[in-house]
Amino acid sequence: MNGLTDGSSLIERFLAWLGATPWSVALLESLYVWPLIESVHVLTIALFVGTAVMMDLRLLGFAFKRVPASAFTERLLPWTRVGFAVSLMTGLLVFYSQPVRYYHNVFFRIKVLALILAGLNVWLFHSRVHRRVSQWDLNPVPPRAARVAGVVSIFAWALVVVTGRMIAYNWFDCDLQPQPDFVNWLAGCVVEAGVE
Amino acid sequence: MLLPFFEWCESTVIASTIQNSLWLFPVIESVHLLGLCLLGGSILLVDLRLMGFGLTHQSISELNRQVRPWLLVAVTVMLVTGVPLFLSEAIKCYYNRSFWVKITTLPLALAFTFLVRNRIARADSKVAYINATTGAISVVLWFIVAAAGRWIGFS
Repeated sequence: MNGLTDGSSLIERFLAWLGATPWSVALLESLYVWPLIESVHVLTIALFVGTAVMMDLRLLGFAFKRVPASAFTERLLPWTRVGFAVSLMTGLLVFYSQPVRYYHNVFFRIKVLALILAGLNVWLFHSRVHRRVSQWDLNPVPPRAARVAGVVSIFAWALVVVTGRMIAYNWFDCDLQPQPDFVNWLAGCVVEAGVE
Repeated sequence: MLLPFFEWCESTVIASTIQNSLWLFPVIESVHLLGLCLLGGSILLVDLRLMGFGLTHQSISELNRQVRPWLLVAVTVMLVTGVPLFLSEAIKCYYNRSFWVKITTLPLALAFTFLVRNRIARADSKVAYINATTGAISVVLWFIVAAAGRWIGFS
């Protein structure tokens, strides 16, 4: 599946080169380093998604109704950020260990889309909704825009967690043909005529 | 001595149903992970507060009271998904060191959280070192449970 063809894109050529670098190979073949990195990845996701969801529950008015919303962004968000930073770094390392495989993994691609959705939601919330937090800081149920941000956050991060776990499965890998056209399109698989 | 019990676990209908399905294990495992995130958040919120971090403007007892329903939801999700996951690979677990670390630490973590930490949080003690020690013990216990849980799949 790592085999490059004339039709391979620039990205695929770059990732094939990346996956052939000595550190990438060593990482993939390591007995303890890869599992350790993956464990840190999972535990820091529990840290950052967990604390983010606690804040989402406040934004939705489901919990902590007497805690100012700004207390979450000022006091808890730094922990969320640390957790995210570490899970991002460890996630990049995991990707680096097998770049071509992950690039063509359907679940990885959905996860990246979910990450973009989650990131846009964070940006919109902080650049717009949270700017006026002083107006609704103590409201038991925050305004509609904040609640929408809370719902989108929970949904997007849950999707990131679930698709992230599913990356481990090769059900839709390019070298497992035949697959429905839709799957091959989503995974970016180029199926040569006659291979099926 | 316990092996027959583990063999029986894996012979249950739940175990064979999961084993015979391509999707069930990953799906249950995914919900288990979502529960882990909720558990991590609801445990850490109080632990951080006990150690003097996070939402320090709120009283410990108030925070503990408000987070409790979510903690109970998280623990329930973890047990309801964790038990079938275990049943489906009970014999593998029997020979798995990480499983034994997890399964012996888990009751400690649960007992500490609901019997010790809960009382200390409700008391709103002003003795900082007691609070901090309680928070730290809780973080360490749950860290061992989570890390050993992840490692079951590696060993």
